[in-house]
Amino acid sequence: MRLKKKDLLGISELDPDEIRLIIDTARNFKEVSEREIKKVPTLRGRTVINLFYEPSTRTRTSFEIAAKRMSADAINISISQSSVSKGETLKDTAKNLEAMRPDCIVVRHPVAGTPHMLSRHLNCSVINAGDGMREHPSQALLDLLTIMEHKEEVSGLKVTIVGDIAHSRVARSNIYALTKLGAEVTLSGPPTMIPPGIEALGSGGAVTVEYDFNKAINGADVIMMLRLQLERQGAPLFPTAREYSNLYGLSSERLKGAKDDLLILHPGPINRGVEITPDVADGPYSLIIDQVTNGVAVRMALFYLLLGSSRDDRAEGNTSEEDG
Amino acid sequence: MIVLDERAIARALTRIAHEILEKNTGSRDLVLLGIPTRGNALAQRLGAKIASIEGEEVLTGSVDATLYRDDIGLTGDNPPLKEMDIQFSIDGKIVVLVDDVLFTGRTIRAAMNALMDFGRPAAIQLAVLIDRGHRELPIRPDYVGKNLPTAPNEGVRVRLEEMDGVTSVILIDKTSEKK
Amino acid sequence: MKRLAIAGGRVFDPEAGIDGLFDIIAMGGRVASIRPSTGDMEAFSGDGWTLVDATGKLVLPGLIDIHTHLREPGFEYKETITSGVAAAAAGGFTAILCMANTEPVNDCASVTRYILNKAAEALGVRVLPIGAVSVGLKGEKLSEMAELAGAGCVAFSDDGLPVVDGALMRRALEYSLLFGKGGLPVISHAEDPSIACSGAMNEGPTSTRLGLPGIPSAAEDSLVARDIALAELTGAHLHIAHVSTRGAVELIRAARKRGVNVTSEVTPHHLMLDDSAVDGFDTDAKMSPPLRSRDDIEAVREGLIDGTIDAIATDHAPHSPVEKDIEFSSAANGIIGLETALALTLKLVNEGILPLETAVKSLTSGPAKVMGLAMGQVKIGTDADFTVVDTEREWTVDPKKLLSKSKNTPFAGWKLKGMASHTIVAGEVVFTLKD
Repeated sequence: MRLKKKDLLGISELDPDEIRLIIDTARNFKEVSEREIKKVPTLRGRTVINLFYEPSTRTRTSFEIAAKRMSADAINISISQSSVSKGETLKDTAKNLEAMRPDCIVVRHPVAGTPHMLSRHLNCSVINAGDGMREHPSQALLDLLTIMEHKEEVSGLKVTIVGDIAHSRVARSNIYALTKLGAEVTLSGPPTMIPPGIEALGSGGAVTVEYDFNKAINGADVIMMLRLQLERQGAPLFPTAREYSNLYGLSSERLKGAKDDLLILHPGPINRGVEITPDVADGPYSLIIDQVTNGVAVRMALFYLLLGSSRDDRAEGNTSEEDG
Repeated sequence: MIVLDERAIARALTRIAHEILEKNTGSRDLVLLGIPTRGNALAQRLGAKIASIEGEEVLTGSVDATLYRDDIGLTGDNPPLKEMDIQFSIDGKIVVLVDDVLFTGRTIRAAMNALMDFGRPAAIQLAVLIDRGHRELPIRPDYVGKNLPTAPNEGVRVRLEEMDGVTSVILIDKTSEKK
Repeated sequence: MKRLAIAGGRVFDPEAGIDGLFDIIAMGGRVASIRPSTGDMEAFSGDGWTLVDATGKLVLPGLIDIHTHLREPGFEYKETITSGVAAAAAGGFTAILCMANTEPVNDCASVTRYILNKAAEALGVRVLPIGAVSVGLKGEKLSEMAELAGAGCVAFSDDGLPVVDGALMRRALEYSLLFGKGGLPVISHAEDPSIACSGAMNEGPTSTRLGLPGIPSAAEDSLVARDIALAELTGAHLHIAHVSTRGAVELIRAARKRGVNVTSEVTPHHLMLDDSAVDGFDTDAKMSPPLRSRDDIEAVREGLIDGTIDAIATDHAPHSPVEKDIEFSSAANGIIGLETALALTLKLVNEGILPLETAVKSLTSGPAKVMGLAMGQVKIGTDADFTVVDTEREWTVDPKKLLSKSKNTPFAGWKLKGMASHTIVAGEVVFTLKD
């Protein structure tokens, strides 16, 4: 098995078998991070460029650690969007990067589709680490791994995603990932945060919208809280953080009557006391810290799957196990 | 063509168990690490035999060499990762690597590199059920169930009860199998 | 005296009610006679004659594009007046109106004269400038509209930008009544920026899927509604540029029923492409207004057929890779259109979506009437501007082969049928299609 494309631009382009391959591979990679020597030589001599046009600590660090644990060389390039020089096209950017001979470029960009546009001019692999409001595939995969560590079957799970769905690439990637594996996804948030036609993103499983938070989380197997982008207050999606918290904050009060095996996820960083109360964030259902651990394993798996197989179709698999 | 049947395999493993104990003067500091997937089952079988001879349990585990292979990025598909299970320190231990078939020696090289990331064994020894020749690296087994010289077009399939429902070693013609 | 004959073709002018095989003879740049074709070309082969053999072809009044961006002065790396005129001629246009968003802006007579001088040097298609509504397109104070009109501007627009300030738009409309008979049109680029925000495409299921900020139809509808109300208030002539929504079509239809002096245009791309063209993040599918939904396409087609929309206009907007081959949200709006408009319109005819009559009117008499121009009809005594169309000519859109300096078209690779074989301005053949 291998991934069909050289790039990972979104969950939308993966089929369910590819998603399962990544998750299964990531499960195996978790062990490497438990070792005293947390490093395998697998991608020795490969170069990974983390190209971040948006500030990010968590995701960039996770990709960097993953690359280093695979023995790849990781280089971080941070570009503030405001300093992008006028007059250079994306093709110019791509060709300049390619000239450094990377094997993989991990790109985060505030504008949807930029990883696509870059990948068109690049021979190396491109991993989308978040593009605008479109997709954040590695986040959805680590969420999926976290869920699958606790639930045998994703199919039939009732997953509720809460918050600013409209501006969330995490939500979109999770909708694709979960429904491709047959989960039922409920989206909840004020109408200002639910974009038109979001239900159409579901394939396999169903996507429904429920403005009423209590109804939305009733009977849920997994609740995924999104970070409230307080800095986005320029476009008023809600009157105040206080009112938002009253309507959509996850508190232990609301969790009365929740399933015993409920899982609570949050992509982080959390706004304690806004979308989630501290006791819930640190409570028994919460897997927020597991998500971070799993993030490294998922990203190691992605590097392995994208860089550890030949993209040359003539090199057919010689992996039969009896010959050693 | 069946090369070894169930009873022959059992006899070979019994002999190897005795050889291991003889060479290492007992099972003290002995650790058996199988190379997945069939090496694991063989390591378990060997462990059980040694325990019944010595009356003392032997530590067993599994060492997956996939991430240490020298052909990563050269094969069409990603080699699937397998079980890595070493729940104890291997520092100062005598590690016996166990595999079903020894061929080019590349997997053993990879497995030894993997082991080094887990500690510093006193010694590493190699036990295989079949040695089919065609070595590409200077590696030689310490314990062999059966030497089986093969032609390039031939393949060796080891089947074990634990995973295959049947125990035998067969020699096959790869050219006819591809159809 | 120079003599030109366009002989043997099917002359089609639905406005004048002409449809048949006629020979048109022009003398001194004007139409001298229109007579049934005899099929005899010998008569036009003598000394001093230019013969356009239109046998098997369609002869139309010269096509008029009331919405182009020629980029000169200021952005000559995108398009010059010379290259734009060449593209227009190749596209079958005999007259084009160019928007004011140059650098400097065409908000004073000297810029207007510069454009006209350059166009005269380019020798070919008629270039009619549109003056800015506001100084520097800033939307703050009116440009000297009288001076602009005196220098040759035929309409006013801040196109590319809406006139956000309602009071300024009102004054522009009122002031426009000063000029000529019934005033000169004020053209509205109708999009309320406070609703559109930083949108990069149409708002709908596709923008949700692509994760791009959306511009709802309401941004266009609301400003169309405001401008219609202002036109009603002032009695001035309002022209709505590039109508793209069902809401706008319905507002214009209702206003015209009430007798409001409002006209409108639609682009070929808004007649054919929906917002799914943005899939794959092709910035050549990024324009203002954005490509809309299938339903909006149906609505603008209906509007064109029932006469609510008067004209097809290209909104020819050349951009270089520096503006286009960048992040989608930052990429410039617009596509080139002069060389594809005719064939795309004929495609709609061939697919049975538009009657040929509507298609031809929308490119000739329709735009001429909107802008008050004495052209767009086959009539004795008028300027001999004609477009001869080889309706059977099949071709594939190859940006590299287009004459426009810029190559930003979403129609690259489209197989089209129909091309101008001769473009004739004032009795002179300014473009001949090579075999």
